[in-house]
Amino acid sequence: MKKGLLGKKLGMTHVYTETGVMVPVTAIELGPCPVLDLRTQAKDGYSAVQLGFGSRKVKNVSKAVLGHLAKADLAANPPAVIREMRMDSDPTCAIGDQLSADIFAANEFVDVVGHSKGKGFSGVVRRYNFAGGRASHGGAWTRRTGSIGMCAAPGKVYKGRKMPGHMGNERCTVQNLLVVEVRPEKNLLLVKGAIPGPTGGMVIVRNAVKK
Amino acid sequence: METKKSVIEELRQENLKPSLPEFGIGDTIQVDVRIIEGGKERIQAFTGTVIARNGGGISESVTLRRVSHGQGVERVIPLHSPRIASFKRIRQGSVRRAKLYYLRDQVGNAATVKEKRQR
Repeated sequence: MKKGLLGKKLGMTHVYTETGVMVPVTAIELGPCPVLDLRTQAKDGYSAVQLGFGSRKVKNVSKAVLGHLAKADLAANPPAVIREMRMDSDPTCAIGDQLSADIFAANEFVDVVGHSKGKGFSGVVRRYNFAGGRASHGGAWTRRTGSIGMCAAPGKVYKGRKMPGHMGNERCTVQNLLVVEVRPEKNLLLVKGAIPGPTGGMVIVRNAVKK
Repeated sequence: METKKSVIEELRQENLKPSLPEFGIGDTIQVDVRIIEGGKERIQAFTGTVIARNGGGISESVTLRRVSHGQGVERVIPLHSPRIASFKRIRQGSVRRAKLYYLRDQVGNAATVKEKRQR
């Protein structure tokens, strides 16, 4: 069964297992996420739940969104982000329900989706791990792009050529992270390893596609 | 934001040991390491000179160096690990540096740290 929640990256630390093995973990504040709307096969042609997370001032939310939130009785306390989460079959929950971190359990695998940290306009050495030129023996070609193609045939630069440009700040998924611990009473999820984005960034946690 | 910062801080505090014995760079300390072998737990001691102290809080660790059978051995000990049963200072050293990596290149008596004179 597919499941997922919205959360916020809190930062990294490490914990010790019972046998004393150090495990690097990322702490995620996960939920509680109110169910704002349902998408069903009959009505929309696909199954999903619309979830909210966080909080925002009422004056910063448009009246159209507030009217939509009124269905879940949240017009006085609007969430900061609203996202849809696809499901296998029509959702069993109802509008206005609160989903919390207890839908996940320790020792299961999750995928975490976030926006990676922006690196600005980056060259090919940083962006694509090009080797660059040599620094010594008169090398005046240290971090440059090099040849970007052939001559009169084909007479053009192929699409998808790796060149300098904007790096980072794009949607990024890390798959198959182990859930080390869940604390539903504190809305806390600890996953092993790093996740994309800065501390405080919004993330989507869902069960692993490939496990 | 402040309350959220404290959540991760609290998490770090949970795994901290309440107190650590006092020691410094150049001291010789003995560490009792818990080792689990075939379901049985025993304690193995490792004695060495503190040549570096790295990290802070939960991730604080020390590098211990000793010369064993003519072979230099270094071991990194995470101070807050539950596998570290206890450690104590055996000898106080007198050094003027925070990292004693130069000891790796010394041979014989030059590879030892002078004992701090007690007055």
